[in-house]
Amino acid sequence: MWGFRALRARAGHTAGVPYAMPQNYIPIFVFLLVAFAVAAGTLLVATIVRPRNPEKVKGMAYECGIEVQEGSRKRYTVRFYIVAILFVIFDVETIFLFPWAVQFKQLGAYGFVEMIVFLGILVLGYLWVWKKGALEWI
Amino acid sequence: MSALTFLIVALIKIAITLGVLLTVVAYTVWLERKVVGRMQNRWGPSRVGPFGLLQPLADGIKFLLKEDLTPPYVEKNIYLLAPGLALIMALTSIALVPIGPVIHLFGISTPVQITGVVDAAGQPSDINVGLLIVLGITSLGVYGIALAGWSSNSKYSLLGSLRASAQMVSYEVSLGLSLVGVLLMSSTLSLSGIVHAQQSTWFGVIPQWFLFRGQFVAFFIYMIAAFAETNRIPFDLPEAETELVAGYHTEYSAMKFAMFFMAEYANMVTVACIASVMFLGGWTGPTISFLPLAVQAFLPLVWFTAKIFFFLFLYIWIRGTLPRFRYDQLMAFGWKFLFPLALANVIVTAFFVAWRA
Amino acid sequence: MHQFLFIVFAVFCAGGAINLLVQRKTINSALSLIVVMGSLAMIYLLLGAEFVAVVQVIIYAGAIMVLYIFVIMLLNAGDEEASKGSNVAKYFGIPGLFIGGIIGIGVLLKHRPNDTPLKLGALYGPADQVGMLLFTKYLLAFEVTSVLVLIAIMGAVVLARRSDS
Repeated sequence: MWGFRALRARAGHTAGVPYAMPQNYIPIFVFLLVAFAVAAGTLLVATIVRPRNPEKVKGMAYECGIEVQEGSRKRYTVRFYIVAILFVIFDVETIFLFPWAVQFKQLGAYGFVEMIVFLGILVLGYLWVWKKGALEWI
Repeated sequence: MSALTFLIVALIKIAITLGVLLTVVAYTVWLERKVVGRMQNRWGPSRVGPFGLLQPLADGIKFLLKEDLTPPYVEKNIYLLAPGLALIMALTSIALVPIGPVIHLFGISTPVQITGVVDAAGQPSDINVGLLIVLGITSLGVYGIALAGWSSNSKYSLLGSLRASAQMVSYEVSLGLSLVGVLLMSSTLSLSGIVHAQQSTWFGVIPQWFLFRGQFVAFFIYMIAAFAETNRIPFDLPEAETELVAGYHTEYSAMKFAMFFMAEYANMVTVACIASVMFLGGWTGPTISFLPLAVQAFLPLVWFTAKIFFFLFLYIWIRGTLPRFRYDQLMAFGWKFLFPLALANVIVTAFFVAWRA
Repeated sequence: MHQFLFIVFAVFCAGGAINLLVQRKTINSALSLIVVMGSLAMIYLLLGAEFVAVVQVIIYAGAIMVLYIFVIMLLNAGDEEASKGSNVAKYFGIPGLFIGGIIGIGVLLKHRPNDTPLKLGALYGPADQVGMLLFTKYLLAFEVTSVLVLIAIMGAVVLARRSDS
């Protein structure tokens, strides 16, 4: 296990280098502002030039030509909820893979075993979910 | 480089990139109509200008001049926010993409990448976690669709947006996992770093793109997940017109509808950019030494454009070929096939990388 | 510049949090929470913790809040109803808040950080540093996380299935 200890000792040294938010991030914010201006600008131009004559019928919700039967605010199937919660869980798992993948060449075989253990436990959960039928869409 | 020059250079790059991107988006629509038309033995747009080339312009004017209905029963603020959110998130990802190598113009050297800078030693660098930021922006794109459907207060819109967001989140996991294999080989999350890792060749001919270095399964997974992310055929269930009218944008008209439309095509371009950066070596490509140097400087941009065009054509080709999935098939395919396959790809790649080291 | 950005995002963050509490409509509260998460990510970024910032966006703003929005869309519960206020809140909550605030300020004053503030970004920032720490020094915590996630999977499926039948 001395190899692992050496890795561990080195981990403390790679960090601690002064590292503030680099200036490369600023263009992203500028881009967001410009994109916002483009979107808002087109909408603004459209409000100036477009015609406007609303009618009662034009304002009704589209329901294949018939009059609106009931509101849309109802309860819908729980399946969508299961999908969303599975997504959150497996997204967390995926996020852990990114720093591991970037550092994998330094971690070597240790990293491989570590991740196999981590993924093994999660694959168990995945198989259990499958067996329980939560992945079926009925 | 002083702060002011940095800002001016960034603004110029943003203006050019955004202009090119919006033009590409407009002409992708034209290309799609033209190619699908020819596949179905029709002409496609042919009246406005030569080969219908002015069609996107005509469409744009029409979108501007149409009446923009805001139905009285919608949640006004969120109804207005949704298309803007969808479009802004779709456009912003391009800021992270390395489009070309460092160029030298008017005594300033800068990479053809909005977030790229050149350090004191002349080495180009960009954001360390660029890939993750692209994934983050993609994951925020879901809100545009979810909020559009919810605020419209119409049954078709709500069902369409529920379907769309459930589908997008389901395939987002596989999308992320398919990229991990590449990261294992590149050891960096910086997109320009990933391009640099693919620059060399075997025997001076075959490029060392990650696609050819064993990541073809990942590429396959990425492409399928990307099709689902962008809600394109065969995964266009959110807008399945036979069941849901127009899905989440049923209640939208005029420019707001056009913004959703542009967001979809901008997302296609982004996905194509990331695919070519991750798997096809980005702007790298063979150098053609007999051309004059001034022309050679533009070659990387030509290669990158060619790769993007290839992916856009693939989108259109598949749209002209495949029918639509059924919703349960879509979910089963994503969770029971694509996800385990992506996980297996990560483990196998890790094994080979560890073995070789 | 950093200080200016910090103030901007801190104001966004606090304003979003207050708006979250004030709003009656659930969807507006959820959107405010997204703003809070986003501004927190920006503050992490200003500290140089770019990996944590991006993870904050992907997981909190991009995944967990999607779940919230889903619940709002699926349940379509009406607007929040104002209650008359509970006695527990009146007799224990407000004094508790007061005492907690005093203790918090006291602790902050006693363990005041050094006069030389921490250099911005002197912490572990990039993904490779985080990875190295996570897979060596904090390995046990990382492996235990998988068990935690496993329990979360089981809990979610069990709860959702029961309500279904």
